[in-house]
Amino acid sequence: MSVKINVKNLDFYYGDFKALNDINIEIEEKKVTAFIGPSGCGKSTFIRTMNRMNDLIDGTKHTGEIIYDGQDIYSPKVDVVELRKKVGMVFQKPNPFPKSIYENVVFGPKRHGIKKKSELDKIVETSLKDAALWEEVKDRLDSSAWSLSGGQQQRLCIARALAMKPDVLLMDEPTSALDPVATSKIEELIEELKDKYTIVIVTHSMQQAGRISDNTAFFLMGNLVEYGETSRIFSSPEDKRTEDYITGRFG
Amino acid sequence: MTNLQKRRLMDNFFHGLVFSVTLFALIILGILLFDIFKDGFKYLSIDFFTNYTSRFVEKAGIKAALSGSIWIIGLTIIFSLPIGVGSALYLEEYSDDRNLLTRIIKLNIANLAGVPSIVFGILGLGIFVHLFGFGRSILSGALTLTLLILPIIIVAAQEAIKSVPKELRHGAYALGSTKWQVIKGVVLPYSLPGILTGSILAIARGLGDTASVLMVGAVSFIAFTPKSVFDKFTILPIQIYNWSSMPKAEFHDLAAGAIIILLVLLLGANAVAIILRNKYQNRIKG
Repeated sequence: MSVKINVKNLDFYYGDFKALNDINIEIEEKKVTAFIGPSGCGKSTFIRTMNRMNDLIDGTKHTGEIIYDGQDIYSPKVDVVELRKKVGMVFQKPNPFPKSIYENVVFGPKRHGIKKKSELDKIVETSLKDAALWEEVKDRLDSSAWSLSGGQQQRLCIARALAMKPDVLLMDEPTSALDPVATSKIEELIEELKDKYTIVIVTHSMQQAGRISDNTAFFLMGNLVEYGETSRIFSSPEDKRTEDYITGRFG
Repeated sequence: MTNLQKRRLMDNFFHGLVFSVTLFALIILGILLFDIFKDGFKYLSIDFFTNYTSRFVEKAGIKAALSGSIWIIGLTIIFSLPIGVGSALYLEEYSDDRNLLTRIIKLNIANLAGVPSIVFGILGLGIFVHLFGFGRSILSGALTLTLLILPIIIVAAQEAIKSVPKELRHGAYALGSTKWQVIKGVVLPYSLPGILTGSILAIARGLGDTASVLMVGAVSFIAFTPKSVFDKFTILPIQIYNWSSMPKAEFHDLAAGAIIILLVLLLGANAVAIILRNKYQNRIKG
């Protein structure tokens, strides 16, 4: 096993409010790591520190380190644009751009300097195939992304992230706005993607974490309560609070 | 009377009230339009567009006024659009709301949109005509109108930019876009219909404004079309004002003819706004 992201003593604040308290975790390469916990436990805040999306919110600060590629991602030597190119993200609500399907997929690559049409065409095809959307949209790449169904839109957003050839894929509750059929498609997709990518997923649903993840981290009120192999966390949790949560006693 | 009957009665009463208020406004507008068309329609001919104004009603036309209006509004568009949209982008995307100065500027731009146009006219007279020495020229007029409509354009563009969903911006940032790439790739395309609609409505206001341009010295009797931005000029609203203050009654009908042309221009501008908005909205929604 090799560690992809190593978080050490991370504290995180929104203004005076401490949202994360002394987080230490090692995210393994080419595994699916799930973050579970009740609303407001800090799991979404935490995943958003990994590609520094929290920089966009005024008045946030942190202490501690997030080591990726041998460097703290908050160090001045790391360019946030370069970081986000390697650490992609899929959001809770599908958010395709108001452009064609094709333009959505090439949005990132174009902005990172790929101009050749043949190269872009190839990126579109492989990304959409990897996101299991190619067969459904190959004949209408020029139609608006907003004409797709919710589940298709979310897979397009995954394709858009894959088009950057990321190293890590962060998914912040990617199925919470989708129906069961679309959800199971995304879950199948995650199974396939983990051969190539390191995936971190925040989920509300413990069943989902159980189905798709290799490792699970349980958060509660800004603390990382327990972290380990998913099968172990669900069968024999060490912490009483984890047990209470996964047996449905609260949350 | 039961409670339900009372509530039904009130319901009907207010339905009738708001309907008659709307009807009242429409009737007034209808009378106005009918009156203008009745007086002015007979003067609409090719000659009306190709003749300069004259002491004789049958020889008078709007050539100078129409070309002046087109020159002025064309220049105003060129000046005000880039400055307006640029300012709105700065205020919404780059400036820091925690800064007191930023907040004061934002508040006052909204206030400026309500300042009477004569005040802008006096400012234009002082600054462009005298201080910069542009004289009583098209350039001075267009710059003054730019000042007049800039606040409207900025406020409209700010609203349009604010309406861009946070999710779209974040989606673009998460793909490793720089701020300018996010603005160019997501913010501007999404807000363009709103910016265009607001801008065209502002420009239509500028097209109909009289007081500010009168102040910087548009003259009413001009027998040439402008060749450069430093030429003297007149515009349609001033021509209308001039004709309707003539003692001879026929000139009042002539003014009605010019009003029809001005109305057509304004309606045309609004129609363009609607068409552009629909076109871009359809392109987004698909």
